[in-house]
Amino acid sequence: MSRIELSEERCKGCMLCTLVCPKGLLRCSKRLNAQGYKVAEIDPQRLEECTGCTSCALICPDTAIAVWRTGKDKESSDE
Amino acid sequence: MSERIFIKGNEAIAHGALAAGCRCYFGYPITPQNEIPEFMAKHMPAAGGAFVQAESELAAINMVLGACATGTRSMTSSSGLGISLMQESISYMAGSEIPAVFVNMMRGGPGLGDINTAQGDYYQATRGGGHGDYRTLTLAPSTGQEAYDLTRLAFELAFKYRNPTLVLGDAILGQMKEPVTVDPPAPQAPDEAADWRLNGCDGRPRRVHKSIYLAEGELAALNIRLQEKFRSMDAEVRYEALHTEDAELVAVAFGSIGRIVKTAVRKLRAKGHKVGLLRPITLYPFPEQALRDLAYSGKRFLTLEHNMGQMVDDVRLAVRGLADSDFFGALPGNMPFPDEFEAAILRALQGGHA
Amino acid sequence: MNEKLVFKRTVSLADRVTHYCPGCHHGIVQRMVAECLDEMDLARKAICVTSIGCSVFLYDYLLVDCVEAPHGRAPAVATGVKRARPGNFVLTYQGDGDLASIGMAEIMHAANRGERISVVFVNNTVYGMTGGQMAPTTLIGQRTATSPAGRCRSTEGMPFKMAEIMSGLDGVAYAARTAVDSVKHIAQAKKAIRRAFQVQQDDLGMGFVEILSACPINWKMTPVEANARIAEELIPAFPLGVLKDIKTGGAC
Repeated sequence: MSRIELSEERCKGCMLCTLVCPKGLLRCSKRLNAQGYKVAEIDPQRLEECTGCTSCALICPDTAIAVWRTGKDKESSDE
Repeated sequence: MSERIFIKGNEAIAHGALAAGCRCYFGYPITPQNEIPEFMAKHMPAAGGAFVQAESELAAINMVLGACATGTRSMTSSSGLGISLMQESISYMAGSEIPAVFVNMMRGGPGLGDINTAQGDYYQATRGGGHGDYRTLTLAPSTGQEAYDLTRLAFELAFKYRNPTLVLGDAILGQMKEPVTVDPPAPQAPDEAADWRLNGCDGRPRRVHKSIYLAEGELAALNIRLQEKFRSMDAEVRYEALHTEDAELVAVAFGSIGRIVKTAVRKLRAKGHKVGLLRPITLYPFPEQALRDLAYSGKRFLTLEHNMGQMVDDVRLAVRGLADSDFFGALPGNMPFPDEFEAAILRALQGGHA
Repeated sequence: MNEKLVFKRTVSLADRVTHYCPGCHHGIVQRMVAECLDEMDLARKAICVTSIGCSVFLYDYLLVDCVEAPHGRAPAVATGVKRARPGNFVLTYQGDGDLASIGMAEIMHAANRGERISVVFVNNTVYGMTGGQMAPTTLIGQRTATSPAGRCRSTEGMPFKMAEIMSGLDGVAYAARTAVDSVKHIAQAKKAIRRAFQVQQDDLGMGFVEILSACPINWKMTPVEANARIAEELIPAFPLGVLKDIKTGGAC
């Protein structure tokens, strides 16, 4: 399944990512980071629904999200 | 390769810049220096450089900032009013340690003033002129040949110290025609500024030229470093001393007034009066030590300027504790004549108020 | 796992926390600028002229040669840079106060001369860094620190429409207005930035991109509300689109 890595130290809790996920997987967590922001998170119950569309990463002003996409065909991983 | 030509001081400055490898000129028309941009419009492209008549002096000095940040010898010129507009950017260049050469052909002020000669921008030139603690190296030519030579020197000093450097002239110098020996345009050394210029970070770490420092201690450290740099500029002091060894009274004057006072001093000497002249050529760094040495040997001083009294402050600072300086000023708006300077020197020599 | 990394930070964007407020769109715009520089292989010959405003520390994030310009003067500084080094890629990055207020003369003349530079104009209708004062692009009725009763046409005039003004100038090869409030708009904005960079490479003239952006703190909104204001209020006042593209028949 595709997945994201959201850097909680970089997140400023703006929640713009929650606006653009086509599956609505992102939400505000209850955790505060060291900067004092309440960070975003992907719903841990619905991780397998992530399609790796990169919408969240594209709108994140803090480049806090990296995205891995798992294709249906057997591609070797990049990077 | 050198040639001797009959040209205005403005043109001599432009010749000096091209001979020094200046390859960008950005300027705006203002009396009495328009021969400089007009000359550059014709000759800078021919020398392989860039000429832009900017939309204002504000824009011109900022174009200079950009071009100099790339390590390219660049300049602008104006008169006092335009130099006033340029001050923010000059302060930026001092803080970012970006060299540049700028030229002020002084006219009467304050405000719109007149279009005749004056020396009322001495404070502006030597006290930085803009905001913050900085100084601009300031060179004051008094003849067409000096204007050419000191413009060439200005580029050397600007890039040596990575600091804005001013050539301070006036309308007399700019408009008077004299024979001047000039060299043809020459290129800038290709590796000058290689260790700090912006030319794309291919093959090296990228560089940033900025002057804002918010982290604790950083701005203080910059200021300390800049002050050390300004003190090191004392090595560049230049002045002319004429008949000072046995003088009772030393006249102190710069630029075109220095030249006129020189005539007056020669005339008075011929009549047996013990007068001398100290003509500062660098206004910053000021020839403090030379004046102080003269003060030690008991001489009196008379500062003569074409303003309401500006350089006299620096003369008094230089001789503090040992002597004082009297002051005589030709009034801005009036044409200065040798007779009035002669009369002032005589009065001072005879112990009266100049 | 046969997974492929499809989104990560580009090389010319520094890996560090930014000073921008939560939800400030500067973060999106500067990332796209860095991506375009990297994708077009321009980073190593780029010289960026930074300006005054919230983006004053852009040089901490964009890892190319940078020079800081006084407020409003970036187009003049960029002119000097490009005239001295025509082979380098030169861009400015400016906000609405820097470009359309104090710097209006400099951008107009650099554009009119057709300076081969690319200008990224981040328009958030307010002065951010200094605490939310009125900007040349503040909307009629918008309350700011210096228009507490709302901008009024008769005393403050109408907001400037910079992309339209730029498109009317001869030396501008490309002028567009975009936004970054949605994934679709972000894609369009990136395309516009690329094109603004490309016209410099093709020696056609100035490339100008206006990017409508949010300023949550000074609009006194949450980041999500501020993002919504782009579509609700800004876009109707500042329509999106490509206003000039010389390849499709701009002025000479």
